Amino acid sequence: MDVNAFLDGFALVTEPQNLLYCLIGVLIGMLIGVLPGLGPAATIAILLPITYSIDPVSAIIMLAGIYYGAQYGGTITSVLLRLPGEASSVVTVFDGFALAKQGKAGTALGIAAIGSFVGATVSILGLTLVAPLIAGWALNFGDPEYAALALLGVLLVATIGNGNKLKAMIAAALGLLLATVGRDSFTGAERFTFGSLQLTEGIDFVVVAMGLFGVGEILYNLEERHGKPHVPAVVTNIWPSRKDIKQSSGAIGRGSLIGFVLGVLPGGGAVMSSLAAYAAEKRISKHPERFGRGAIEGVAAPETANNAAATSSFIPLLTLGIPANASMAMLFGALLILGISPGPQLVEERPDLFWGVINSMYIGNLILLILSIPLVGVFVRILRVRPAILAPITALITILGVYTINNSTFDIFVMIVFGLIGYLMKKIGFEPGPMVLAFVLGSIVENGFRRSMLIFDGDPTGFFTRPISGTILAAFVLVALWPVAKSILARRKAATVAPAPTERDDVDTPTR
Amino acid sequence: MSDERTPASDQDILAEIQAEVAHDLEEERPPSGGPTYQVIGALVALVVGIGGAVLSYGYGMGSLRQPGAGMWPFVVSVAIALMAAALLVVGRGLNDSEKFTRSSVLPAVGLVTFIVLAMLMPVIGFEIPSLLLCVVWLRFLGGETWRSTIITAGATVAAFYFLFLYGLRIPLPHLF
Repeated sequence: MDVNAFLDGFALVTEPQNLLYCLIGVLIGMLIGVLPGLGPAATIAILLPITYSIDPVSAIIMLAGIYYGAQYGGTITSVLLRLPGEASSVVTVFDGFALAKQGKAGTALGIAAIGSFVGATVSILGLTLVAPLIAGWALNFGDPEYAALALLGVLLVATIGNGNKLKAMIAAALGLLLATVGRDSFTGAERFTFGSLQLTEGIDFVVVAMGLFGVGEILYNLEERHGKPHVPAVVTNIWPSRKDIKQSSGAIGRGSLIGFVLGVLPGGGAVMSSLAAYAAEKRISKHPERFGRGAIEGVAAPETANNAAATSSFIPLLTLGIPANASMAMLFGALLILGISPGPQLVEERPDLFWGVINSMYIGNLILLILSIPLVGVFVRILRVRPAILAPITALITILGVYTINNSTFDIFVMIVFGLIGYLMKKIGFEPGPMVLAFVLGSIVENGFRRSMLIFDGDPTGFFTRPISGTILAAFVLVALWPVAKSILARRKAATVAPAPTERDDVDTPTR
Repeated sequence: MSDERTPASDQDILAEIQAEVAHDLEEERPPSGGPTYQVIGALVALVVGIGGAVLSYGYGMGSLRQPGAGMWPFVVSVAIALMAAALLVVGRGLNDSEKFTRSSVLPAVGLVTFIVLAMLMPVIGFEIPSLLLCVVWLRFLGGETWRSTIITAGATVAAFYFLFLYGLRIPLPHLF
């Protein structure tokens, strides 16, 4: 690791301007985490146009802050309202709300904040040490490796997580198709432009993301959120007792590790790791029956893990150029807007950005710890702001923002169309996330595939005979066939062990 | 990924928690749309897949040695069509869709205000259309009082005016 570059990164972060954007980012993140509705991916999408007008490093620091800040904020609504502000805090609801009912909301929030800080810091340390190594190793990657890796990334994001896997894979494939709109960079042929001049340049990532995530979610929330009064529980005594800390320290330690590891995997991320950490605590506990009835470990573990995962999911983005989840796809897009292609060369070519962003997380998390313990009362009061007041403000930010990218009303209409598509997809049970992610990676996969075919002289087996791309593709096949294999195994098991456990089948079918 | 490596008993806890989470979320969700929605979704994907395949075939497939402009989109389109066909068969019983209800009118109205704003902005500037959008969203879609509507709408548009024109110095089309 280049220690000088690392230290220069700190110097950069402590510049007043960058500190300010870091603070703005984590504040916005915390806010949208507290407010149910817009998630971090949608918020980053809506704010993407700002990257055109401020310094690149500051922009990325701010957008990154939104992502990990949201993990802190999501806890507050889970504990106080039984309403997870973020998907990654869903599992916190069980014990968090139970604690709140026993008058221990403050303890739950305090432990969650401490766990979040520890998890994130452990994860940043891991990121600091591991990221340059991975980047150095991946410098040898060629086109076949990149094509395979991007394809695996798309598949993993589509198949891990909630929702029907077939639908998610269809959405991802649609994203890949969408990425081909415009002039083909190899032959100059126009594809799917239907004679439109504006489409020749392809569809702008920002416009697609703002439509599918931003407008889509705004419209969807408009329909969903009637008459849900927010009456948060009273919060007293945020500082946890020594006993509470002692009781949850194991959970925080394990949560940090689980989060770090699962966050690196594409599609893993904060949601998956919070579930896994909760499950791990329940499993090793001597009194698993306490879980769901106000076990402090049930808050500490998932909240630690989701922050650790949110941080470590920067590793594949910054070292391989592969976004691990929808929010990372937004940051990937933001970097592309700034003319920076994320990948293994980033640490050498733009050490300021690489270390600036990583080191900003040390400071951002410190700010979040300070915000979320003494200032929790302020955020609780924000819960009383009616969603109806915020909806038109986000709507206006989105429309005016997308216009400012190219000063083009055509972009507004494209965004509206994608907004409608995003809304309809949600209604019929397709997640827009895999589609946006595949759209971002589409040109990497296609260009990698086509250049590889040139290298292999038309022999597609070349992908499998190169060790790294072969391994990646083998993993691809494994992941793709895993659900099928699993259901066959389950069925065989059900046939041999009588009576047939129908309940298990229900769990296995990939429904929500 | 995690469940690939963990023994069966751990998987049960994780699956149990996932089911519990899903059940918890289920309570908040509107009724599912049933098989019709699933079939429509799958059919739309099928049409896109077939249409994409036909169009990309026309862009030229080239050879494996020198893939043409159409080969990659053709492969992807065929994959979409195949998966959509599979979904048509196996996905009818899914319950992840949401029925359109009377409150679905709200997003429809919201969408119309977006379109109106986009059409009016180049003509008369962003201020009046933005104000209109706020009023519609606050009063009619959000059920705010007139008092709160007027204050919030006015303050929002004024804030955007100063933010974009003076703060960020972005030349939005403006009337004043």
